[in-house]
Amino acid sequence: MEPGLYHILFLSTALFFIGVYGFLTRRNLITMLMSIELILNSVNLNFIAFNKYLWPNQMDGLFFSLFIIAIAAAEAAVAIAIIINLYRSHNSIDVENAEDLKY
Amino acid sequence: MPNVTAIALIPLLPLAGFLLLGLFGRKYLKNSSGLIGTVLLLASTILALYTAYEYFFVYGNVGGVYQKFVPLQLTWLEFSPGVSIDMGLIIDPISVMMLVVVTFISLMVHIYSLGYLKGEERFPTYFSYLGLFTFSMLGLVLASNIFQIYIFWELVGVSSFLLIGYYYDKPSAVAACKKAFIVTRFADLGFLIGILILSFSGGTLDFSTLIERLTSPESNAFKTAAASTFLGASALTWGAALVFIGGAGKSAMFPLHIWLPDAMEGPTPVSALIHAATMVVAGVYLVARLFPIFSITVPGVLEIIGWVGAISAIIAAIIACTQTDIKRVLAYSTMSQIGYMMFALGVSNYGGEAGLGYTASMFHLFTHAMFKALLFLGAGAVIHYVHSNDMKDMGGLRKLLPITHITFLIACLAIAGVPPFAGFFSKEEILLAAFQNNMAIYYIALITSGITAFYMFRLYFNIFWNKPHHAHGENKSEGGFVMMLPLILLAISAAAAGFIPFGEFVSSDGRLLESHFHLSFSIAPVALAVVGIFTALWLYKKENDKPAKFASSMGGAYKAAYNKFYIDEVYLFITKKVLFNLIGRPAAWFDKNVVDGLMNLIGTITEYISEGIKKIQSGRVQQYAIYFLGGVIFLAALFIYLLK
Repeated sequence: MEPGLYHILFLSTALFFIGVYGFLTRRNLITMLMSIELILNSVNLNFIAFNKYLWPNQMDGLFFSLFIIAIAAAEAAVAIAIIINLYRSHNSIDVENAEDLKY
Repeated sequence: MPNVTAIALIPLLPLAGFLLLGLFGRKYLKNSSGLIGTVLLLASTILALYTAYEYFFVYGNVGGVYQKFVPLQLTWLEFSPGVSIDMGLIIDPISVMMLVVVTFISLMVHIYSLGYLKGEERFPTYFSYLGLFTFSMLGLVLASNIFQIYIFWELVGVSSFLLIGYYYDKPSAVAACKKAFIVTRFADLGFLIGILILSFSGGTLDFSTLIERLTSPESNAFKTAAASTFLGASALTWGAALVFIGGAGKSAMFPLHIWLPDAMEGPTPVSALIHAATMVVAGVYLVARLFPIFSITVPGVLEIIGWVGAISAIIAAIIACTQTDIKRVLAYSTMSQIGYMMFALGVSNYGGEAGLGYTASMFHLFTHAMFKALLFLGAGAVIHYVHSNDMKDMGGLRKLLPITHITFLIACLAIAGVPPFAGFFSKEEILLAAFQNNMAIYYIALITSGITAFYMFRLYFNIFWNKPHHAHGENKSEGGFVMMLPLILLAISAAAAGFIPFGEFVSSDGRLLESHFHLSFSIAPVALAVVGIFTALWLYKKENDKPAKFASSMGGAYKAAYNKFYIDEVYLFITKKVLFNLIGRPAAWFDKNVVDGLMNLIGTITEYISEGIKKIQSGRVQQYAIYFLGGVIFLAALFIYLLK
């Protein structure tokens, strides 16, 4: 059976909520970052799928996902820099340490 | 035509002196400051005399009428086309006369101060204040519109405040300068409201236009102003009366006179300049400036002016008889003489023979400036010599202060109205004007002139005769040339000023006014003056117990007069007991509880709310993410199911 639009949407929705769940429950900042990547990739999947099934002659969806990949990379770089600094000052990368940032 | 530069320079030179000495005096011009101020004023005086000569003898008189010139008019603040506050110069008989008086007296005071305040720490400051005062007074005199006169009016008030409080380390001087400022400020409130009413009715601030519009019964401005009434009096009457309140405050008229005796805390030359010869006559000048409005349109206000002047004249004369501080005697005498000028305006009419009171008032202003400045400067010389203001420390000074003695005697004769000295002529005209218009005021004035002679000679005999002087300093002199020169010059003026045919130059409508001299009419005032002088001679020539017996036989009346009829106490009662308790305290309560309470309430509410919502911002990233997710889900649901 050829996978249709609904299959892919189902997959991306699942990915999205797995990412949200991971982001809300994990205490480790790296894991939370990975969860965010899951959410972003679920969005990418959506773009690609809609592009392929609804407007196969256009490239908009592809470009959007390329942009999102680039932004995700930049965001990961920044996030990891923050995490490293947090680690240097607190000797841990637990998200509860980030509460101190509000002061 | 008037020479604009010369006229504009008259007030600007003292201003330059004020700026120069005020900015650089204490650092760089410590020793030359007095000289700089005096020289600038000398230039001003010469220009004023030149202007007066040119006006009265060259261009002023056109076809037998002295014209009003406005040689300079600059628009300063324009509200709407036609209504603007201008800065201008006005040249007419009274302003030219005042120019001469102010610059001449101020010059005398400058010269005198060179000696009187020698070695004073704040010498440059003193001269800069004098410059400021002279500038403001000249600006007031030359003001061409009613708002400009108000600006300079307040400037005069400020410089008077500064000069009264010159000895700022003396608590009594500080209290006196505050009192003077507050009382005159209070009166100026009336003036300001009066200005607003008059200029609103007239639609202009300019004197000439205002007078023209408000005195012609056909004009719209007059009709509107006369028709709109408030508490039974027309807007015009209210405006004129309120303007007069301002004038009464500055001129120390009853019951706003309480600041003047206390103002004697300032240096004596300042009293001579401000509180005798120039500033205190500003009120008279103001009424004279707006005289057509007062006389033609609102005669009721002139009646008030007449009575206020007469009452002030006699009350001040009675109080003056009992005071022992020589400067206070002179202060009350000033108040009494200004009362004369006021009621002379009050009994006058506009134009022709009926305008005698106006001319007489201006004439008395002129002669009074001369002899009263002389009296103050003479008193200053005495105070300089004995280092006391009190009569009981004086006596027998005629041999020790010969020049002061002679000049003081001339001034006393002048103020008492003994011919041929200046006061005789001007007082005679005032009495004549009163005689023709209001007999009650005439009798008050007649009695006052007798009392005046008595208290002036009481002062004279107490200072120069009475008991022998107990000399304690050896090398004392009268104060040197700079202090004697003004005395001599002023004595000459006080003796001779009466012979000026004043009616030819100054009259209500600019036309020549013949002054008739009735020998029979002058008998009564001169006889009363002589009686006053001989009473004083009998009581005070030698040290004896007659004055004390006399005083005790008068009992309560003497005590009341000695305590200035308790007017100060009445004021204190009204302010402290009535105003503070009935208005001040409720207002303070309202401020503390209602106004502050409202603000505190707003503060408390904000505090509680922020305390509550502060917890949302916990710093937990995941909590934020949940809020965010919740919001997104809510919005998604909203858009998908409800807002399709």
